[in-house]
Amino acid sequence: MRLRKLEELFFKFLMVLATIVVSGSFFLIVGTVFYKGAPYMTWDMLTKTPGGGFYIGKEGGILNAIIGSMYIAGGATVLGLIISIPVAIYINMYMDGKKFLSNTLRMVFDVLFGIPSIVYGAFGFLIMVYFGLRASLLGGIIAVTLLVIPILVRTLDEVIRTVPLELRDAALSLGSTRWETAKVVLRAIKPGIITAILLSFGRAIGDVAAVLFTAGFSDNIPTSLHEPAATLPLAIFFQLGSPVEEVQGRGYASALILTIVVLIITLLSELLLKKLYKK
Amino acid sequence: MTIAKPHISVQDLNVHIGDNHILKNINIDIPDKSVISIIGPSGCGKTTLLKSFNRLLDTTAEVKVSGNVWIDGENIYDPKVEITHIRKKMGLLSQRPYPLPMSIYDNVAYGPRIHGIKKKSELDAIVEEQLKATALWNEVKDRLSSSASRLSIGQQQRLCLARGLAVGPEIILGDESTSALDPISTSIIEDLFVKLKEKYTIVLVTHILRQAARVSDYIIFVYMGRIIEYGLTDQILRNPQETLTQEYVKGYIV
Repeated sequence: MRLRKLEELFFKFLMVLATIVVSGSFFLIVGTVFYKGAPYMTWDMLTKTPGGGFYIGKEGGILNAIIGSMYIAGGATVLGLIISIPVAIYINMYMDGKKFLSNTLRMVFDVLFGIPSIVYGAFGFLIMVYFGLRASLLGGIIAVTLLVIPILVRTLDEVIRTVPLELRDAALSLGSTRWETAKVVLRAIKPGIITAILLSFGRAIGDVAAVLFTAGFSDNIPTSLHEPAATLPLAIFFQLGSPVEEVQGRGYASALILTIVVLIITLLSELLLKKLYKK
Repeated sequence: MTIAKPHISVQDLNVHIGDNHILKNINIDIPDKSVISIIGPSGCGKTTLLKSFNRLLDTTAEVKVSGNVWIDGENIYDPKVEITHIRKKMGLLSQRPYPLPMSIYDNVAYGPRIHGIKKKSELDAIVEEQLKATALWNEVKDRLSSSASRLSIGQQQRLCLARGLAVGPEIILGDESTSALDPISTSIIEDLFVKLKEKYTIVLVTHILRQAARVSDYIIFVYMGRIIEYGLTDQILRNPQETLTQEYVKGYIV
C-alpha cells in the first residue's frame, strides 16, 4: 500500500516539476527580453526608421522592420490561404474513393511541414535567380508563402475532418453540388480558419531563414514589391551581432516588440474565436 | 408483395463496402404516398439501403454498388443521370439534426436558393409554408434571423425536415430520425410523418417496433443484408410468415 502511495507522489512530483520548468522558462524568456530591452524601448523605436549611424547606436527606430515583417507575414498568409483552402477542400471533399491518394498527399504536406525554413529560403532564392529578381519584398513573400502552405493545409485539413459527415450529407441531400457543399463546410469551420491564420502568421513573422536571402534588408520602408524589405527577426539578428552595447540593447527592444506583436495577434484571435463560438 | 405503381423500385441491388457484402440481392417495390418502415437489428444494412435511394453512398469510401434503383421510372444508378436532381427529389432526416451553420431562415431558404429561387418574396413564402408544415412557425417566427444552433434539438430536427421539404421533394428518407429526441419531440415528428404521407412517400429506418407500428403502412424486415419479409404493418408485426421475423418481433434477435 505504501508503495502505491509513494508511486503516486513520485509521479505527481515529476509532473509538477515539468510544468514548473516549462512555464518557468516561458517567464524567464519573456522576462529576459523585457529586462534587457525595456531600457532601450523608446517611442522612436516604434515610429522611426533607422537614422544616420543606426548601426553604431545613434538614433531612429525599427519601423522599417515592423512594417516589413507585417507586409511579409500578412502577404504570405493571404497568399497561402488562397492556395491552401482549395487544396484542403479538394483532399477532403473530392477524393472520396481515393484514400491512398489523399493519405499520400497528407504525408507529403507533413514532410513539407517538417522541412527547415532555410531550405524554403534557398528554394525561394533559386526561383528569384531564375526569374532574375533581386532580394525584395516579393521574394520574401514568396519564400514565406512556401513555408506556411503546409501549415495552413494541414491545419485546415484537420479542421475540415472535424465537420460531421452528416452535415455534408445534409447539404448533398438537398441537391447541392460538391462545391456548394464545400461552401457550407467552410462556413462551419470559420473558427478553424482563424486558428490556421494565426498559426501561419505567427510562424511567418518569426522566421529568419526564409527571408534571409529572399527579402534582403533595408533601412527604408518598402514602397513597392520590388524593393528589399527589413524584417523584425533579421533586425534582431543584426543588432545583437553588434559589439556596441547600445545596439545590442536595441536588439532586445526589437525582440520585445516582436514578442508583443505576436502576443497582440494571439489575444485578438482569441477574442475573435470567442465571439464566433458565441454565435 | 407486388405493388401496382411503385414509386421506388429496387432491382438486384448489391452493395459492398471494402470486403463486406452489406446488401445482398435486394429487390423491392415501394408504393407511392405511404409510410414504409425498414426494421432490423443494428448493422443489418438498414441505413445502407436507405442511403442507396438517394445515392448518398457515393461519398462512402471503397463502396461498390451494382443493380438498379428506379425512381419515377428513372434509373438513378445510370451513369448519365444528374445526381443533384435525384437528391433534390428526396429529403433526408438523419439520426441527429445537423442544421446548416446559418440562420433559421437561411436553413430553409438554402435549398430553394441553390436551385435558383432568388426572389425575396418567394423565399419568404417557402420558409413560412415549410415552417408551418413542420409546426415550427409559431415557435420561431420572431427570431428567423438567429442562428439555427440555438434551437432545442427537437426544434432543430423539425427545422431539418422543413429544410428538406423546401426543395419540393417527393420522398422523405428518415434514418432513425427520432433516436436523439425526447418523447414529446418524437411524437411531434411521428405525427408529422403521418400527416405528410398525403403528399410524400416516406421511408423510415427505425429500430423501435412501436414506432413502426404507430406510423407505417408497410414494414420491410432486413436481416444480415437481405430482405427477409415485406408486407403490411399489421401482418409483419402480428402475423409474420418467416421464422426470423417472428424472432425479431418477439425480441429474440436484437
